[in-house]
Amino acid sequence: MRCLYCGEKIIPVVSWGSLFSREEEILLCEQCKDQLTLIEGDCCVRCSRPFDGLAVEYRKGEYCYDCVRWEGDIEWNGILERNRSLYLYNDFLKEVISRYKFRGDYVLARFFCKTLIQVLKDFDYDLLVPIPLSQERLYERGFNQAEALIIEAGLTLTPALKRIHTEKQSKKSREERIHLSNIFTIVNEEDIVGKKVMLIDDIYTTGSTLMHAGKLLKQHGTLSVSSFTIARG
Amino acid sequence: MILDSLRTILAGKQLLREEIPFELVDSPFISKRSGIEFDKKGRAHCNRCGNSDPELFAVFPCARCGKRDTYCRACIMMGRVSECTPQYGWIGDMPEIVAAPLKWSDSLSAGQQVASDRVVEAIVRGEELLVWAVCGAGKTELLFKGIEVALATGKRVCIATPRTDVVLELTPRLKSVFPSIKVSSLYGGADDRHQFSPLTITTIHQLLRFYQAFDVMVVDEVDAFPYSVDPMLQFAVKNARKESSSMIYLTATPSLKWQRECRKGKREFVTIPARFHRRALPVPESVWCGNWEKVINKGRLPAKLLKWIEQRLLAGTPMLVFVPNVAWITKLLPLLQTFDGRVESVHAEDPNRKEKVLKMRQGEILLLVTTTILERGVTFPGLEVAVLGAENRIFTESALVQIAGRVGRDIDSPTGNVTFFHNGKTEAMLKARKQIVAMNIEAKEKGLIDE
Ligand SMILES: [Zn+2]
Ligand SMILES: [Zn+2]
Ligand SMILES: [Zn+2]
Ligand SMILES: [Zn+2]
Repeated sequence: MRCLYCGEKIIPVVSWGSLFSREEEILLCEQCKDQLTLIEGDCCVRCSRPFDGLAVEYRKGEYCYDCVRWEGDIEWNGILERNRSLYLYNDFLKEVISRYKFRGDYVLARFFCKTLIQVLKDFDYDLLVPIPLSQERLYERGFNQAEALIIEAGLTLTPALKRIHTEKQSKKSREERIHLSNIFTIVNEEDIVGKKVMLIDDIYTTGSTLMHAGKLLKQHGTLSVSSFTIARG
Repeated sequence: MILDSLRTILAGKQLLREEIPFELVDSPFISKRSGIEFDKKGRAHCNRCGNSDPELFAVFPCARCGKRDTYCRACIMMGRVSECTPQYGWIGDMPEIVAAPLKWSDSLSAGQQVASDRVVEAIVRGEELLVWAVCGAGKTELLFKGIEVALATGKRVCIATPRTDVVLELTPRLKSVFPSIKVSSLYGGADDRHQFSPLTITTIHQLLRFYQAFDVMVVDEVDAFPYSVDPMLQFAVKNARKESSSMIYLTATPSLKWQRECRKGKREFVTIPARFHRRALPVPESVWCGNWEKVINKGRLPAKLLKWIEQRLLAGTPMLVFVPNVAWITKLLPLLQTFDGRVESVHAEDPNRKEKVLKMRQGEILLLVTTTILERGVTFPGLEVAVLGAENRIFTESALVQIAGRVGRDIDSPTGNVTFFHNGKTEAMLKARKQIVAMNIEAKEKGLIDE
């Protein structure tokens, strides 16, 4: 068995536990795993931002400052119930995700999808909706990195959204991004009416992509919107 | 016009669509080679990097071709090659290569001259040649004449090396001696990749973007990691050469297999047994120091090593002390630092590696404890070297020859001490010493050293 990321040989440790339980497939070597930082303990209840190392003025009770701002804005209040991110977006994870989505190493989804399965246990949802790519971007990359997580997890995905805006997001300021409407359209309203939607994406940075998707879904009758991302930037 | 730009980019290349910064036009001169092919047994093969290890292929639902598409993971860092991903190249006339006069007035040493003549000969005849030049022989200069001759006869030249440092060091030197041509410098993150040039200096990795491009391929430090152990890099070199091309290997430490082939007359080679400053190579001394691991684990320094270091700290002699791995650096460093503040360490993952090497050069650091990471490339005037635990397997014959080769490089201090501190002599230690002694004898016989 080789580490899915660095290719090192993995020697599985046989313990008493593993003799009795069905052995879980090991995908990453210890060295790679050690470089990932799980988000646990004290973090924002709405967006998973860790409070550890965050200046006090960026925190208000159980919420981070960004979430306070989102929730304080009548336009955005109550759109996103809760986002759960699993890992800190550190330099190592940046490299892993970049190899996954930009270089196109699809099989890394096999590791990330496990994190998805784990997180979904804590959520009550009806539909898994991946954040879509534009046609152009999808062709370029060959696959949608959010969709691949759901497929590899063996779960059913609902392609409820379509992206109509293609410009690179990173070049815009927060304000610009927030005020861009119409990034997405709804594919089929019947699919989502009255449903609890779980949005799936790779990274939560400002949350604006997820907020736009969430807002649109709610406008079209979705009951609630939560989200999962691999990383919290 | 657009076709001209495409030719510049595609000549001798194998590029993915997204690596071409222009619109593609329909042209009989633009070739498409499939990226992944299957053999009769259904085993995948990557045409870009030569991978055929089933563990290094994966399948994904491809949005481009709509199929379950096999892709290569071995070369994924250069972008994904899958079944539906063609590699673009150029099959029309190649851009012209014109003569470029060599602008260099220094002269070669007698040893370099012999090798330089052989290089020219190999290039003219399209042959393979190993240049076995001792550390500090000055191997760059001996290529100059050969490159000049190659360019004058319309041949495209490449110098490839496993290490980025070497690319950065060679580029300005070659630019200065061939001022009339464009010299491409390629390594991860470099910008020159879209130009066509008669002379390319590159890391071996970057050769994965070339296909049947070069008439002359020079591979520097063939024995260096990772080229020596990575079949992908060896494939890349082969794939980047034209079918009839010459191949020049440069090294101070050929593998045992190659040494044997040289002795048996199965490999064309030329040696430069002496340094340009005409002084013999320092011959390593061996000093037994018993179970040094135990001594250090008790928080003390092996007495003989301590004495060796103390003398040099007093004299202000810069030192490198090589240890088998990072764990020993961690143990040894605090012991040494209690004695003298001018002691530091470097290892492969050390983020401050460059700064420390610089401080050593400036004399702020007198002793660096290090792993084999510094076995190549670095030189400090007046340096002396110790290897602690020379019996460790990591210190192969070639590693020890390279380490000894750090000493006496400078014309102003052409000698110096090299000591292997060990707990039992190994074959590698004996062979390393023998190789160095043999080179000195040969150099003396050929009149290449003055002592
Ligand atoms: Zn790993
Ligand atoms: Zn928050
Ligand atoms: Zn490949
Ligand atoms: Zn495809």
